[in-house]
Amino acid sequence: MNETNVSQPTSAEILAPPEMARRRFLARLCLSLGGLCGVILGAPLVGFLIAPFFRKAPAAWISAGKVENFEIGKTVSVPYPDPSPLPWAGITAKSVAWLRRDGQDRFTAFSVHCTHMGCPVRWLPDSQLFMCPCHGGIYYADGTVAAGPPPKPLIQYPVEIVNGEVKIKAIPLPIATEL
Amino acid sequence: MKRLGTAIYAWLDDRIGIAALLGSTLKHVVPRDAGWWYVFGSATLVAFIVQVLTGVALAFSYIPSASQAYDTLQFITKEAPFGNFLRGLHYFGASAMVLMVGAHMAQTFLFGAYKFPRELNWTTGVLLLAFTLVMGFTGQLLRWDQNATWSVVVAAEQAGRIPYLGNWLARFILGGDNIGGATLSRFFAIHVFIMPALIFLFVAVHLRLVLRHGISETPREGKPVNPQTYRQEYAELLKTQGHPFWPNGAWRDFVFGTALIIAISVLAWVFGPPALDPPPDPGILKADPRPDWYLLWYFAVLALIPPQTEGYVMILAPAVIGILLLIVPILNNRGERAPSRRPWSIAVVLLAVLMIGSLWIEGYRSPWSPNFDPVPLSAKEIGTTNALVVAGAKLFEQKSCLKCHLIAGHGGRRGPELTFVADKLTRDNLTIRIVNGGVNMPAFGAMLKPSEINDLVAFLETRTKMNEPGRADVGNRGSP
Repeated sequence: MNETNVSQPTSAEILAPPEMARRRFLARLCLSLGGLCGVILGAPLVGFLIAPFFRKAPAAWISAGKVENFEIGKTVSVPYPDPSPLPWAGITAKSVAWLRRDGQDRFTAFSVHCTHMGCPVRWLPDSQLFMCPCHGGIYYADGTVAAGPPPKPLIQYPVEIVNGEVKIKAIPLPIATEL
Repeated sequence: MKRLGTAIYAWLDDRIGIAALLGSTLKHVVPRDAGWWYVFGSATLVAFIVQVLTGVALAFSYIPSASQAYDTLQFITKEAPFGNFLRGLHYFGASAMVLMVGAHMAQTFLFGAYKFPRELNWTTGVLLLAFTLVMGFTGQLLRWDQNATWSVVVAAEQAGRIPYLGNWLARFILGGDNIGGATLSRFFAIHVFIMPALIFLFVAVHLRLVLRHGISETPREGKPVNPQTYRQEYAELLKTQGHPFWPNGAWRDFVFGTALIIAISVLAWVFGPPALDPPPDPGILKADPRPDWYLLWYFAVLALIPPQTEGYVMILAPAVIGILLLIVPILNNRGERAPSRRPWSIAVVLLAVLMIGSLWIEGYRSPWSPNFDPVPLSAKEIGTTNALVVAGAKLFEQKSCLKCHLIAGHGGRRGPELTFVADKLTRDNLTIRIVNGGVNMPAFGAMLKPSEINDLVAFLETRTKMNEPGRADVGNRGSP
């Protein structure tokens, strides 16, 4: 309880050189052990957190439906399941693309993400335009930019027809990585 | 009974040292003239405490799983007793925290309170502002509705623009290649563990610095800060014009803090929390992602800056603003503190408020976004039964012209208003514009038949002041 203001001698004054060396050694030992603990705990922790950097979803050809289900000249949204969903992803375990049947055996699939900020573009069939609700990006039916801030045309996905089924190559969310 | 209580307190104080710990802190001497301008810092702390309490309560029912979060929010909002009110408190508490941290920062800047020896008070405060904004954004995402999931996509797209690291950062934000099961849980961890821990830590450091250097005295003209003499002058000031923080200085903080809590509660009770959007189904493309109000100004920036410079603005502007804020005390840590002797400081604060305020209004109006559900023009507004004009008016709506152009108060504001367009443009002008498009308008030449263009032009030619519905002196309406 009672504290005095008598000045205490410093460690250098009371400790002999061997004791100082011992003290230095113990301090270094404690710090080294702290560092070791940090590595033991930190390595798996960092590894766990940055794992998504290296987890590549397999590119998969996803069936969008039978060819005859699509009307020539019409653009429709086609939801498809995420190729490698986590079990608890729920309704987020799917993606969607705009798919148009251009001819008898010709299809074009577009990403629904505006190339400006990734917002979902809407297809307006009467005006044959894609429009973005966020910053007003507009694209023509072929995906080229018609107006607004988008820097690039809509991303197109590879499409093929296998045994009468339209297949879209599901690719990850297109991220624009250039300035 | 009172004697027993006193004895228990004395025993606890002996073992724990409460009086020694809190007494010196609460009774530290502060300048007598630290008045109402000084309440914003404690008000920010009050708002943060509201956030911690309401956040912990919400976490009792919230499940941070991509498949269940939305349902638990529906439960909290619609079924849980006081759930709706609690969500409202959390939302308005967040808004209050952003407002108070902004007010505290503006007051500190105007009073020059960041100068010697309080440079690190300012720096830790800037970091706390950044943490508060991160909390706001991550909190919005935890609603896990349609708006939230698309906002994550927007965040990933922006992070993707950062040179070299962009793709990695985008994947880190998404928790993989796309929105999915891993996305929500990482935002939950950031919002509930990492950011609050950082805020607690930096609030402790910030308060420690406040105690160490004392609350800055009200600035006076002709009393510049001189690092050689300031500490001595401040000590003298406290001796002659100081009083203990508790209760002489603290009462204003308690009054303002109480008023803030009452305001948050009333707003939460009257307006409730923000409505939930539809579920986060990526298949529903009728989405209109918008940030909460405190980031709406940034949403406007992204729409208004020239697209060529956008990437640089997006990456460099926050970095430059952040660095400038952090080094303010390094650039200027001595000299006059009075705002009257530092008119540029008033200009900086006014400019910041005006810029953010006007961008906020623009973000709220979002005139650049198409109006996807415009109210069609009525027969009265079309103003004629002329078949060409009526067909043109119908096409104007059908071909999405009305989504971007305003006519008689109907439609979007993305393009120019066309209510009286024929007073400015001739028939040829109108045709050329429709066929070739404009700076910010698609070319419709390939998408419209000549007859359709003719109908559209016929309709637009009737849009004159003379033909305005309700005018007594209507001329040759309907005769294009």
